[in-house]
Amino acid sequence: MSTETTTAPVKVKVPKEALFSVKNKRLIYDPLNDNNPITVQVLGICSALAVTVKVKPSIVMAIAVVAVCACSNVIISLIRNIIPNRIRIIVQLTVVAAMVILVDQFLKAFIFDVSKQLSVFVGLIITNCIIMGRLEAFAMANKPWPAFLDGIGNGFGYGLILVIVSVVRELFGAGEIMGFRIIPESVYTAGYFNNGLIIMPPMALIIVGIYIWIQRSRNRKLIEPN
Amino acid sequence: MKPLRKLLDKIKPNFQKGGKLEKLFPAFDAFETFLFVPDHTTTAKGAHIRDAIDLKRTMILVVISLIPCLLFGMWNVGYQHHLALGMNDASLIDNFIFGAIKVMPIVIVSYGSGLGVEFIFAIIRKHTINEGFLVSGMLIPLVMPVDVPLWMVAVSTIFAVIIGKEVFGGTGMNILNPALTARAFLFFAYPTKISGDVVWINTSAGKGQAIVDGFSGATPLGNAAAGLADKIPDTMQSFIGLIPGSIGETSTIACLIGAAILLYTGIGSWRIMLSVFVGGYLMAVIFNLFGLNTLMQITPLHHLVLGGFAFGAIFMATDPVSAAQTTAGKYIYGFLIGMFAILFRVFNPAYPEGMMLAILFMNVMAPLIDHYVVGANIKRRLKRAKPVKDA
Repeated sequence: MSTETTTAPVKVKVPKEALFSVKNKRLIYDPLNDNNPITVQVLGICSALAVTVKVKPSIVMAIAVVAVCACSNVIISLIRNIIPNRIRIIVQLTVVAAMVILVDQFLKAFIFDVSKQLSVFVGLIITNCIIMGRLEAFAMANKPWPAFLDGIGNGFGYGLILVIVSVVRELFGAGEIMGFRIIPESVYTAGYFNNGLIIMPPMALIIVGIYIWIQRSRNRKLIEPN
Repeated sequence: MKPLRKLLDKIKPNFQKGGKLEKLFPAFDAFETFLFVPDHTTTAKGAHIRDAIDLKRTMILVVISLIPCLLFGMWNVGYQHHLALGMNDASLIDNFIFGAIKVMPIVIVSYGSGLGVEFIFAIIRKHTINEGFLVSGMLIPLVMPVDVPLWMVAVSTIFAVIIGKEVFGGTGMNILNPALTARAFLFFAYPTKISGDVVWINTSAGKGQAIVDGFSGATPLGNAAAGLADKIPDTMQSFIGLIPGSIGETSTIACLIGAAILLYTGIGSWRIMLSVFVGGYLMAVIFNLFGLNTLMQITPLHHLVLGGFAFGAIFMATDPVSAAQTTAGKYIYGFLIGMFAILFRVFNPAYPEGMMLAILFMNVMAPLIDHYVVGANIKRRLKRAKPVKDA
């Protein structure tokens, strides 16, 4: 019996992961595409229907969610080891609520008119399933940096859908995008009308549905077996 | 017939596998089976007994039963137009020709846009063209006001075919009636073009013509919702259909002729038709007892011949795909449609035409009704099958 096989265990040196390793990049890209919080995880639908009548409020809303999601992910990730398991939801809620209040005050201070349009929906970010979902599923089990990227990625994934839906809705509902007239007056005088259905919430649901339809027919992996 | 068959056989190889126009096979197949009953033979496994009347033949029969409504609608468009301009002596032919000129473009746009979408989906999904649109394409113009812009007809038809039908998997899978989906889309998207008092009668005056004094273009139900009891035409007039309204819905007589064809051929369900009328009648009786506003004071029979009640009951509610499937379910489904139609009419003056919303609502509820009917049936049978212990 040679002794070579029973050498002392070599101390495995874990290489420090690069800040933007492939794994970390995926945290940002995936929510934009195959793991979108709205169209694949089907979270946060409520606010997506309510604030997407115009493009401007949806962009503000998207930024607010990105900020809240990223910050609370980082905070929860930092204190993840000292949160008692039984009251973790309450701790998470407290953190999210604090972030949302900050964002709300910020909006009220600097862009008051948009804040008024968003009204209660900024406050309702607290209950947005995406944020709670990410805290539970990711931040509680990962280090701050990946948690931050995950928050950013999911926030942008949410914002992407918001912007797409709101562009369609504002274009066909008011003929404008960001308040600029896109469909010229001459078209209206020729007999064109703004679509009244598209500014109602059901139509937002249908647009999200069409997006899901297109996404799933392009990527068959997303279709769940019956 | 022979030369047609020969022609089809001659050009068929072009469309089959390896042919020049292989991609267009669904289109060719649609026309071929439209003209001739397809020559399927049964395989070793599967159904061996086939009815001679296939889906296309069924659909064509429904279209035939719609023709009285279409013809009457054309005539009525001309009649109302000439009446509005004070030309009471316009002849039958004049009225009809004027109406045909106004109505035919809507029919063509509806079929064109709807079939266009169907063809695209058939080619993408590589299946044959669905037959369902043959009927929807005829129903859609009949539930439109005459002055509706054609592009709106096209947009709502495309919306109805895609969202109402293709997302669910095409003909036979849809939850909602596609024709009513088109109308509902138009109703909510462009309300000014499908409600109010300017779209129901074409009032384009020619040289030296003028609209008569005291003219109102509102539908009887619109007038009733506004509380103008004296402007509602009497029951007989509404029964014949000499009233403004959507193109095909005004005449209850024409609808009843269609109903006779549907019932004789066994395509329409008499249970649904009957229960819709009974439900509507009972609801109207109840409201009539209170008589709090003009709509409540309308007599029950009068309610049934106004607006699209008869048309909806006969052609829309009986849609075999979106209606309830069980026998008991059909009674419940129809009864509730009738009730809700009158209820919406009376309590929501913003939507004087309650029939559309009532049918769409019950379309959504139909699977639930079936679920409970089937459940009750299973329970009853289990009870019967239970061995008697004490005996």
